[in-house]
Amino acid sequence: MIVHHIQTASLICILSPLLGAAISGLAGKRIGNRASHTVAIVGLAISFAAAIYLFAQVVLYKVPVYNADLYLWGGSGRFSFHAGILVDSLTTVMVTTVTFVSLLVHVYSIGYMRGDPAYHRFFSYMSLFTFFMLVLVMGNNFLMLFFGWEGVGLVSYLLIGFWFERESAARGSMKAFIVNRVGDFGFILGIAVVLAYFGTLDYAQVFKQAPSLAGEIVDISGTQFSVITVMALLLFVGAMGKSAQIPLHVWLPESMEGPTPISALIHAATMVTAGVYMVARLSPLFEFSEVALSVVLVFGATGALFLGMLALVENDIKRVIAYSTMSQLGYMMAANGVSAFSAAIFHLMTHACFKALLFLAAGSVIVALHHQQDMRKMGGLRKYLPITYITFLIGALALAALPPFAGFYSKDAIIEVVKQANTPGATYAYYCLLIGAFVTSLYIFRAFFMTFHGEERMVDDQNEHKHGHGEIHESEYFILLPLVLLAIPSIFLGFMMVTPMLYSGQFSLLGSSIYVAPEFDFMTALVTHYDGPAYMALTAFMHPPFWLSVLGILMAWCFYVKYPYWATYTRKYMEIFYCVLKNKYGFDAFNDFFFVRGVRGISQFFYRIGDVKIIDDCMVNGTGRAISHMSAWVRKLQSGYLYHYVFVMILGLFAFLAWVLL
Amino acid sequence: MFADWPLLSLLIWLPAIGGVLVLFVGGDKHAARARFLALFFSLLNMFFCVLAYIYFDNHTYKMQFVENITWIPAYGIHYALGVDGISLPLIFLTAFTTLLVILASWKTIHQKVSQYLATFLIMQGMVIGVFAALDSLLFYIFWEGMLIPMYLSIGIWGSENRSYAAIKFFLFTFMGSALMLVALLYLRIQVNSFYILDFYEAPLSMTVQVLIFVAFLLAFAVKVPMWPVHTWLPDAHTEAPAGGSVVLAALMLKMGAYGFLRFSMPITPDASRALDWFMITLSLIAVVYIGMIAIAQKDMKKLIAYSSVSHMGFVTLGCFMLYIITAKTGNVLDAYMGLEGAMVQMISHAFGSGAMFLGFGMLYERLHTRLISNFGGIAKTMPIFSAFFIIFALSNIGLPGTSGFVGEFMIILSAFKANFWIAFSAALTLIIGAVYTLWMYKRVFYGTIANEHVAALKDIGKLEILIFSLITITIFGIGLYPAPLLDMFHVSVGHLLELSLRSKL
Repeated sequence: MIVHHIQTASLICILSPLLGAAISGLAGKRIGNRASHTVAIVGLAISFAAAIYLFAQVVLYKVPVYNADLYLWGGSGRFSFHAGILVDSLTTVMVTTVTFVSLLVHVYSIGYMRGDPAYHRFFSYMSLFTFFMLVLVMGNNFLMLFFGWEGVGLVSYLLIGFWFERESAARGSMKAFIVNRVGDFGFILGIAVVLAYFGTLDYAQVFKQAPSLAGEIVDISGTQFSVITVMALLLFVGAMGKSAQIPLHVWLPESMEGPTPISALIHAATMVTAGVYMVARLSPLFEFSEVALSVVLVFGATGALFLGMLALVENDIKRVIAYSTMSQLGYMMAANGVSAFSAAIFHLMTHACFKALLFLAAGSVIVALHHQQDMRKMGGLRKYLPITYITFLIGALALAALPPFAGFYSKDAIIEVVKQANTPGATYAYYCLLIGAFVTSLYIFRAFFMTFHGEERMVDDQNEHKHGHGEIHESEYFILLPLVLLAIPSIFLGFMMVTPMLYSGQFSLLGSSIYVAPEFDFMTALVTHYDGPAYMALTAFMHPPFWLSVLGILMAWCFYVKYPYWATYTRKYMEIFYCVLKNKYGFDAFNDFFFVRGVRGISQFFYRIGDVKIIDDCMVNGTGRAISHMSAWVRKLQSGYLYHYVFVMILGLFAFLAWVLL
Repeated sequence: MFADWPLLSLLIWLPAIGGVLVLFVGGDKHAARARFLALFFSLLNMFFCVLAYIYFDNHTYKMQFVENITWIPAYGIHYALGVDGISLPLIFLTAFTTLLVILASWKTIHQKVSQYLATFLIMQGMVIGVFAALDSLLFYIFWEGMLIPMYLSIGIWGSENRSYAAIKFFLFTFMGSALMLVALLYLRIQVNSFYILDFYEAPLSMTVQVLIFVAFLLAFAVKVPMWPVHTWLPDAHTEAPAGGSVVLAALMLKMGAYGFLRFSMPITPDASRALDWFMITLSLIAVVYIGMIAIAQKDMKKLIAYSSVSHMGFVTLGCFMLYIITAKTGNVLDAYMGLEGAMVQMISHAFGSGAMFLGFGMLYERLHTRLISNFGGIAKTMPIFSAFFIIFALSNIGLPGTSGFVGEFMIILSAFKANFWIAFSAALTLIIGAVYTLWMYKRVFYGTIANEHVAALKDIGKLEILIFSLITITIFGIGLYPAPLLDMFHVSVGHLLELSLRSKL
């Protein structure tokens, strides 16, 4: 009975955004903008309600894990691939987060996208995105995961390129898709390894067999590798693409060419966390490979620090937040690396709220300033945009992990657990994350102060004179409502959820959906020192991350409000440092030179030399020429003179006689 | 009642008769009449295809709808037809493609209309004949016969450089087939019959097998086309009219792959086993090298053509992996997925590449240029067209949920069973395919409006929307639920595996 309800609810949850997308996409022109966004939002609201229902069933009433195949997608030989749904605590946490943020971003878009000629298309894409994201998190096998994975990538491509007349948007969308494809290249090979060794793509069956494969060795060109390590690392390559881990992070800054609601929904709250979700979901595989975990940890921690530092020299408000997203994804990955999957998912949840909030608040600023994104042309906006100001501040405090905001609970747990861990690379990771905490609060408060405090630097692009101050006014209701609604969980979510998510030992919320090997169980050590969220907040000052965050805020205040000349001064004396960051460690230049131009050069070479010169000119047309030469030569033999022929005949006769006689 | 009808003969000869009728009825004055008549015959053929599908039995590998009439008794040549799970989907594909071509020509072909339609109707009959023939000589006749209408379609309705392309096309494909005829005659002497199924039982020594394999290879590799005998295809495609390109991509290339499955592997299993590395290498070269070449193209139609060759590399790869896989795992069941993947890829390639050619045809008809640099910003002026085109492009790069994904997915997954590096090279297509397809899409559809010709473009009309919708439904249908298609394959592929894996020595 209840099983039946779960299935119905999950189908409603997945399909209603799809239906909304179909209606607003196909009939949008006919039914008008208003109807389009209504359809899409109603679809999302239904989906969100279903998600809440599932969450309640699974988390509160503890219904057993629902895992069932819907239909046979295809079979071949001894393999069969199904479309199926898995509803467990991890799924419901993800589904609730996704539908919640998506619903609010939908509402926000009414205001943000008003007047856009492709208004209905925008809503259609967003609902379609939600559909794919839900498939991604609700699928019960690798095929569904990959389907959702590529689907969200597609919609991301479409939405980054939403304003496709802009060259930068067109290029950014293409770059995003192709870089993600590099990740998917690893991902599909990883899936191939799974199928080759397990004979199935079904999570449950794969996880059941995983322990028996722990010692298995695979031979690739004479070198021996552990099967699970190869599998996990290949799958992680996929996660690197989607979750913007070094070196596949290069697409995320350029994804900011898309409309801001998209940056909030896709490139901050949901899609980019798919890699984090994937590693957590596949914890029963990753736990059998210390190498893979260590790689995840080191890549995550490195990104957390070094990609965060890029935000320090960025002046585009959206890109600052984008770099921040990469850095926070690094935190989540690092948590995965030390097997603290629940901490990773918890940070994913809180991050979804406060990062979406930051993006949407930034969007509100951008709308108020008529699509100005450069923070050097902002300043002092707190007077004009009070609600945006407050909500942005809440988001920034949550991101900077000050107690008792949401980010504090999740991020502090990650830093603590990495400190406890003895996975190879954990010490390095710990220092990365620790310094990262300082960098985080520095860059976000730099952005905060540059935008909302200090002198007003708004310049009208046409006339180069200051904006009439009456022109800047707080955004409309549709934009502000989601800000407020996101600010609430950004404050309270951590406080409320930290105990069930992290510190309930075997009863923890995600307990049944993730697997932690006993030797990597560093979270349990933390549980013993845990005395409730209030105590945790009150004793925060006893831990270094707190002071580092405060230091970051103070420094930002000094540099950008109190003594602005410090900033210029520092830059002058740290020229090299500044240059390295400004050039983003040279990743873009390297990729441009090596991959873009390299591939173009090689393909030109293959075409001009391989196909045109060698095959066509030499072999094909060469054969043609050779035949015509030969026939020209043969033609000479047919002179038409009888005495030529008779002469040849006599010669032949002699030759024949000679052969017979001798 | 239909079960007793000579369905296959109807499928072959109805369009041929229709073609002749259209020729007589039509003439440019009565273009409309010719069009409707052609559409009627094409729909009729679709109807018989559906019948064949309904009455087809998935549970046997035996040939169905068999017709067998002695044709030239002196030489033992029969008019023998029949289909199994490998050929029936291809026949269905042929009928469907022709329907699309006829619909697409409605507003684009204004000269020699009846001749154009007749050409494609007759070609349809011939292609179905190729897939349905059980007598090898009959097969050969259809095989060569379909070259004539194809040659004419390029030579008459093609663009500037059409005669070079038409001759190149004809010589390549014709020369390739010459040795095949020799091989068929040799086999005829061995088993005293022209039946293809009898050839399967012929005991052949290794040397003979290799010779026969090479003879077949030349014929089939040119058609597929495999590297390095692929250069006729981009030329043929660029010069051919839209319909010609569609038939080339959707149907003619499949004849080559079909040949490998129907002739090479079951008739010369030992040679196939011995030379499989060679075939796999050529296939991977097609996937990677040709894919790279596609990136370099400045001519949109050539780019699609090279992409088409690159995707056909997957088909041949899927066909010839069975030996390595079974040698490694010892389980025949593991080998299914590669072969079935190849067959799905054959079908889906028709919709990915075919649809892109069709779409390009619509652009060409409006702008009369093939250079990518002359396009730009079309998404602004033709939004509906651009939306459809992105679906085809996505199917082309194998996005899950589209038909293009199914075959690639199955082949890459089973390639891993064979060898890590084969899977690695094959999976590179995920990146390369995305690069050339999306870069092309960006330059053609995104950006600012490139010139006044683009600015003056009108979006596609109802008829074109209908055509594209048919293709789109098929693309998603196969992508989301390939099981019915795969079910048609299973038993026949099982039998094919049995034949191809045994030894004749």
